[in-house]
Amino acid sequence: MRRGNSTGITMTSVGIFILLYIPLLCVAMFSFNANKFGLTWGGFTLDWYIKMFQNEVILKAAWNTLFLAVVSTIISTVLGTMLAIGMYRFPWKKKTMGKLDMLLHMPVVTPDIIFAVALVIAFSVIRHFTGLFELGMPSMIVGHVTFQISFVALVVRGRLELIGHDVEEAAYDLYADHKRVLFKILLPLLKPGIMAGAMLAFTLSLDDFVISFFTAGPKSTTLPLFIYSALKRGVTPEIHALSTIIMILTIVLVLVMQKFTAKNGGEMH
Amino acid sequence: MTDEDKNAPSKPDDSYTVFHGGLVKKKTLSRRAHSFVSPGFLWSLMFLVIPCLALFVVSFTTRGDYGQIEWAFTWDNLKQLAGFGYFGWSADNLLIVWRSIQVAVVTTFLCVVLSYPLAFFLASRPDKSRTVWLTLLLIPFWTNLVIRTYAWFLALAPNMPLALLLQDIGAIDPGAPLYPSTFAVYLGMVSMYLPFVALPLYTAVEKMDWALVEAARDLYSGGWRVFRHAILPQTMPGLSVGITLTLVPAMGMFVVPDMLGGSRYMLIGNLIQQQFGTSRNWPLGAALSLVLMLLTLSALMASRRREINKVEG
Repeated sequence: MRRGNSTGITMTSVGIFILLYIPLLCVAMFSFNANKFGLTWGGFTLDWYIKMFQNEVILKAAWNTLFLAVVSTIISTVLGTMLAIGMYRFPWKKKTMGKLDMLLHMPVVTPDIIFAVALVIAFSVIRHFTGLFELGMPSMIVGHVTFQISFVALVVRGRLELIGHDVEEAAYDLYADHKRVLFKILLPLLKPGIMAGAMLAFTLSLDDFVISFFTAGPKSTTLPLFIYSALKRGVTPEIHALSTIIMILTIVLVLVMQKFTAKNGGEMH
Repeated sequence: MTDEDKNAPSKPDDSYTVFHGGLVKKKTLSRRAHSFVSPGFLWSLMFLVIPCLALFVVSFTTRGDYGQIEWAFTWDNLKQLAGFGYFGWSADNLLIVWRSIQVAVVTTFLCVVLSYPLAFFLASRPDKSRTVWLTLLLIPFWTNLVIRTYAWFLALAPNMPLALLLQDIGAIDPGAPLYPSTFAVYLGMVSMYLPFVALPLYTAVEKMDWALVEAARDLYSGGWRVFRHAILPQTMPGLSVGITLTLVPAMGMFVVPDMLGGSRYMLIGNLIQQQFGTSRNWPLGAALSLVLMLLTLSALMASRRREINKVEG
């Protein structure tokens, strides 16, 4: 299957890759620029990286980002996996199934700004009546989990469909009880799917800007939020260094995911 | 639970059902099913469905003098949205809505046009280098939105090669950057969403049956007809996923127009953000979000219908 091999196609594709990478390379280049003001080249330096690692605000934002991603991934992986297993294993009525399916696809087909805004309103109503739920880390976790659940459940359900019902039925035939089937058979078989779902959820959380932007409080700035507000105030070379580090981490994360999906022969997208 | 399984009576009645080859009490089964589904379901109900309903209700309330929500229900927000303000009718808001649709549709179209050659290119690589190319496409896909937008901001700066070139030929003023402009917005949007179309499209192209393309060529079809009748129907599933993944977020985008389009290039996303930020007019913001939701849903339905028509007809 070596078709679609023409110069026109190759040139367009190379052009597209240049388009995707030129801006990112610009950021990386300027992070080594010794000239503090303006965007003219003033020689090579690593100062911005050192300054960045001494900046308390940035370190705090990095910690917030990581904390948010880890906590929301754990919650959404548990809930999403249960939802997928529950939906796939049991004989639901067609109508109920349809409704659950719709609920699952809702975050995928709504622009995220809509439920970010909806959550802000809901939180303010709760706050109005109870005095609880100031915007901050808890509201951000809730926001992230809400969209992550769907993605985890969809990935895990894909894996469940691959496994099918046969193994489970065989286990029941051999007098395995309900708990045993779940913990000794289903979950071990599902592990790659759950890991893939968790990884996707984690990356989505790290990557998210819009939901964090609306649900964040004054003390819960994440890295994307920090970069955005820094850009509004005016660019400092530290931002270039920070962005470059985030890009490198992204590359590492993508490589890990690639390796992981290749090993399991699974499908990530 | 397990006791009930083992002590199933010899004469099953209506309250029993066959589940995975065994006899289980219907009640037990339903309890188990619900215990799996309810935590996730309740979470989504509480933080997704109910907030969306609240959004609907709030879009009909009034803004108080201090920006609070007053529970007096009116049509004013929708009227204001349609342009009827204190000073008579103005087209501003409708223009913004129209521009958002335009930007989303044109961006999606450009991404599709660029993704086809890219998908064919990827599918025709030998296995080993294909993984490398795919990884190269995945990296920008996962790079943060804010960083990627800012990256364009840097690349289009006044003293970068592209701007210098255009300054030399006199297309822009000396010392001027390439933003804010429509060009910069589209550059940002297309590069942002291109992988969203290219990746699913590549999956579809990879599975394609090339015999059909060859048959079409043998029967002297021109390039367009080969594409229209042999390639398009086969790649439709991937294309439709790609269009959904692009059209939906592109409609609500506010970071790219904010950073590359300037204050004159507002989209509905910016308008919503403004209502929840500086303007503090939540009811109007809620009404705008509702309009955005309707727009997205109708766009999705339209693309689904077109897909079905194309496959069948």
